[in-house]
Amino acid sequence: MEQSQDLTLRRSSRASQVREYAIQGALIACSLVAIFTTIGIVASLAFEAIRFFGKIPISSFLFGLEWSPQTAIRSDQVGASGAFGVLPLLTGTLLISFIAMMVATPLGLLSAVYLAEFANTKTRNLVKPMLELLAGIPTVVYGFFAALVVAPLIRGAGEGVGLQISSESALAAGSVMGIMLVPFISSLSDDVINAVPQALRDASYGMGATHTETVTQVVLPAATPGIIGSLLLAISRAIGETMIVVMAAGLAANLTANPFEAVTTMTVQIVTLLTGDQEFDSAKTLAAFAIALFLLVLTLGLNIIALKLVDKYKKKYA
Amino acid sequence: MNTDAPSLESGAKPIMTARNVDVFYGKKQAIDNVSLDIPENQITALIGPSGCGKSTFLRCFNRMNDTIQICRVKGDIRFAGQDIYDPKVDVVALRSRIGMVFQKANPFPKSIFDNVAYGPRIHSLSESKDHLEDIVITSLKRAGLYDEVSDRLDEPGTSLSGGQQQRLCIARAIAVDPQIILMDEPCSALDPIATAIIEELMDSMKEKYTIVIVTHSMQQAARVSQQTAFFHLGELVESGDTQAIFTNPEKERTQNYISGRIG
Amino acid sequence: MPDYLLTTSPQMAKRHARHKRFQWYGRIAIAISISFMVLMFTAIFFRGIGAFQKTMVAVDVQFTESQIDPSGKREDVSLKQANYKPILLQGLQQVVPEATDRRDRNQLYKILSNGAAFDLGERVAKNPDLIGTSKRVWVAASSEVDLYVKGKIDPEVPEDRRRLKNQDIAWIEKLREAGQLKRKFNTTFFTSGDSRQPEMAGILSAALGSFFSLLICFIIAFPLGILTAVYLEEYAKKSRLTDIIEVNINNLAAVPSIVFGLLGLAIFLNFFQLPRSTPLVGGMVLALMTLPTIIIASRSILRSVPQATRDAALGLGASKTQTTFHHVVPLAMPGMLTGTILGMARALGETAPLLMIGMVAFIVDVPKGVTDVATALPVQIFLWADSPEKGFVELTSAAIMVLLVFLILMNVFAVYLRRKLERRW
Repeated sequence: MEQSQDLTLRRSSRASQVREYAIQGALIACSLVAIFTTIGIVASLAFEAIRFFGKIPISSFLFGLEWSPQTAIRSDQVGASGAFGVLPLLTGTLLISFIAMMVATPLGLLSAVYLAEFANTKTRNLVKPMLELLAGIPTVVYGFFAALVVAPLIRGAGEGVGLQISSESALAAGSVMGIMLVPFISSLSDDVINAVPQALRDASYGMGATHTETVTQVVLPAATPGIIGSLLLAISRAIGETMIVVMAAGLAANLTANPFEAVTTMTVQIVTLLTGDQEFDSAKTLAAFAIALFLLVLTLGLNIIALKLVDKYKKKYA
Repeated sequence: MNTDAPSLESGAKPIMTARNVDVFYGKKQAIDNVSLDIPENQITALIGPSGCGKSTFLRCFNRMNDTIQICRVKGDIRFAGQDIYDPKVDVVALRSRIGMVFQKANPFPKSIFDNVAYGPRIHSLSESKDHLEDIVITSLKRAGLYDEVSDRLDEPGTSLSGGQQQRLCIARAIAVDPQIILMDEPCSALDPIATAIIEELMDSMKEKYTIVIVTHSMQQAARVSQQTAFFHLGELVESGDTQAIFTNPEKERTQNYISGRIG
Repeated sequence: MPDYLLTTSPQMAKRHARHKRFQWYGRIAIAISISFMVLMFTAIFFRGIGAFQKTMVAVDVQFTESQIDPSGKREDVSLKQANYKPILLQGLQQVVPEATDRRDRNQLYKILSNGAAFDLGERVAKNPDLIGTSKRVWVAASSEVDLYVKGKIDPEVPEDRRRLKNQDIAWIEKLREAGQLKRKFNTTFFTSGDSRQPEMAGILSAALGSFFSLLICFIIAFPLGILTAVYLEEYAKKSRLTDIIEVNINNLAAVPSIVFGLLGLAIFLNFFQLPRSTPLVGGMVLALMTLPTIIIASRSILRSVPQATRDAALGLGASKTQTTFHHVVPLAMPGMLTGTILGMARALGETAPLLMIGMVAFIVDVPKGVTDVATALPVQIFLWADSPEKGFVELTSAAIMVLLVFLILMNVFAVYLRRKLERRW
C-alpha cells in the first residue's frame, strides 16, 4: 500500500513538473517581447538609416546647416539638389523645447512645492486630480488649441505692440507644450520632495527657520538631483512630442533662436516625409528614419542620465 | 520634593519654567500635569523608560510639537518669564533662542561650513563674510570639532563619522547663539568613544549655555547632569539634584527604575 | 528680560512676508495651469457645440419616373446615379420663383449641399416605391449656408469678399420664413464617415477605427503585459536576463510614440507586408506602446498583494503556478485591469504612430473589421483641423468633445471596475 502511494506521488509530481516548466517558459517568452521590441525599434531605424547614409554622407547629415529635402527625378542625380542637414531641425526642436521648459518648470515646480509642503489635505485632494486631468488630454487637442486660439492670440498681441510674430511661431507651440508638461514635472517633483526625510525639516525648524526658508534652503537643495532628473525626463518628452508641433509649428527649416519666428522640428519632418506619396526607397523617406534614429539616441540618452540621477538620489535617502 | 512646586538647589534662577503641562496626541495623553524648572547654566537630564513622554516634553520647550498636527499642548511654559505659547510670540524667534540637537545626527546635505552657517544666515546674524566665518569657526571650536575639520570645511557634512556629524549638529545649534540647547538622546546612535567626547563637550558648554538632555542611560544622566527629572508613563515622578536622586530617591517608582526593576 | 519674543522684529517680519509671498506663487502657478485647461475646454466647447445641429432645407420634390428611371428597370446603380438636380431645383423654385436664368438657378442650387442629390439617390434606391410620388424631403444645406445660419458668417463684410452673396442671403431668408430652412439634430455627424463637405462628414468610420484598434491593442497587450509582470514579480530571480528585461521596459516607456509608428512601418508593413492603414496594424503598434505602462502598473499591484497569501497557498502544498494563478493573480486582477484600461485610454488619444502606419488617408467607408482600411478618432481630428474649409472648425471641436467624452468614460469605467471587483485582503 505504501509503495503504491509512493508511485502515485512520483508520477503526478513529474507531470506537474513538466507543466510548471512549460508555464514558466511561456511566461519568459512573453517577457522577451519587451526585448524584441527594443531590438525591433533599433534594428528597423538603424537599417533604414544606414540605407539613407548610403545615399547621403553622414557628415552632411550631422553637420549640414540646411534642410530642404528634395530628391532628384532621375536616380543618377542623387544629392545634387537636396540638402539633408539635421542641424536646423535640431535647433528648432531645442528652441520649442526650451520655451516649453521655461513655461513648465516654474509652473510645475511651484505647484509641486505648494501641494507637497503647504496645501492642506482638502486642497491636495481637489487639485491633484485636476492636474492629472491635464496630463490625460490627448496632444492632438493641445495642438488644435495651439493652432486655433493661442497662435492667433500671440500674433495679435505682437501686432498690438508693433512686433512681427509668425502665425506658426515657436512661442505658440512651445507655450502650449509647456502647459502639457506641467503635470509631468509636478507629479515627478512631488514624489521627490516627499522623499526628503522629515529629519532634515526638523533640524531646520529647530533652528528657527520659517517654512519657506526650510523649503527653499533645505528641502529643495536636498531634492535637487531628483528634480533635475524629472526635468530631464520632461525635456525628453518635449523633444519627442509630435502632434502639438505638427499642428502649430511650421514646415520651413529655420536656423534661428527667435521665438517669434516659425521653425520646424525633427518630429514634424518625420511626419511630413512619411505622409506624402513617396516611394519607400527614396532618400526623402529614408531620411525620416535617419532623423528618428537621431531622435531616439537623444531621448534615450536623456532618459538614461535622468534615471541614473533619480536612482542616485533615492539611494542617498533609502 | 514633590511635583507641584519644584525648588532648585543652590538658588539658581530658572531660565525656563513649566507648570501643569499636558500634551495630547489626538485623544491619547502623553504628558500629564508636569511641572518643572530648568536652572540656568546647568545640565538637566530627563530620564525614564522608553515611551514615558520625555522627548515629547522636551519638544514643548521649543514648540517643535507645533509641527505635528494632532499634537496639543496645554499648560504654562515660560522662557525668561514669558509664556512661549502666547499668540504674540514669534516661534521663529523662540527657536533661535532655544536650539535643538536630535537623536540621529541630521546634517544638511551641504558643506560643513554651510551647515554651521545656515542659522546665522537666515537670522542675518553676521555683518560681513569675515564675521560669518568667525561665527562658524568659533562654533566649530566650541563643539570641539574644528581641529578635525579645519582643512575641509567645504566637504559635505554627511562625509563625517557619526560622532563628528553629531558634533557638527551641535556646532550648528551653537552658531545662532542660543541660550538653551535641547538634546534629544544625542548619543544613542554613537559608540562609547564618541559618546565620551560629547559628554565632555556638554560639560564645557554649560558655562555658556543651559542644556536639557533626554537620555535613556541613567549612567549618562548621573555623569553629566546637575539636575535630573524622572518621567514614567507621562508623569513627572520626581526631580531634583542628580546625586540625591540617584543615591537617595524619595519615590518608590524612582527607586525601581534606578535599580532596574522597571523600564 | 528682553522683550524680543513678543514683537516680531522688522527683519523677522520680512521673512514672514517672504513666506506668505512664496505660498502665493504656488497658488498662482496652480491657478494658471488650471485656468489654461478651463480656457481650452471652454473654447473647444463653444466652437464645437454648434456642430451637433445641421441646417436642413425642406424641398417639395416630385419623383418623376421619366427623370429618375426612364427605363423602368429599377436598377440600384442607375437609381443612385440618376440626375436629381432638376427635381430639387424645381422644389426650390416653388419658394424662390425669381431664380429663372441659368446663373441664378445654379446659385439657388448651391444652397443645397452637394450631397443632397446623392442623399436622394440613396433614398430612392432603398425605396423605389417613392418613384411617382411627391414628397417634402429634408436635405442638407451647404456648408456656407450652415455657417451663415449659425451666425459664423458676417453679413457686414463687403459682398465681394464673401462666398455668400446678398442675393443668396435673401433667398435663404425666404426659405426660412417659409419654414423650409431649419436647424436639426446632426445625425450625419454620428452616422457617416469622412467627406470633403463639412455638412456631410461624420465620425463613424473614425470611431469604429479607433474601436477596432483598441480591441486589437487590448487582445495583444493585456495578456502579454500581465504575464510579463507575473513572470518578473513572481517567478524571476535576480539575473542578467531579468535586469535586461527591466531596463528595456523602462526605456521603452520613455521612447517617443512616433518611433513606435516607424517600427510598425518598417516591420509590420514593409517586412511582414501586413495591410496598410488597418486597425490590425494600428492595434499592434498601440499594443507595443502601451505594454510598458501595463507591465509597470501591474508589477506594483502584484507587489502589493501580501506575502501571507502566497505563503498560505504554498504551505498547503500548492505549486508555484497554482499559487500564482489561483491566488495572487485573482487578487491583483482588478488593479491590473484598471491599469490596462487607463493605458488604453492613453492609447485612444495617440495620433503620431497611427500617422506613420498610414491611417491618415481620406476614408469615407465605414470599416467593418480589423483588416478594413480605417482611420482613428484623433487622426480624424488632425485631418479636419488641417482642412481649409471653415465648416471643419466646428466639426473638429465637436470630434474633440466626443473623444474627451470617451476618455472620461474609460477613466470612470476603470475606477468603477476597481471599486466593484476589489476584494479586501
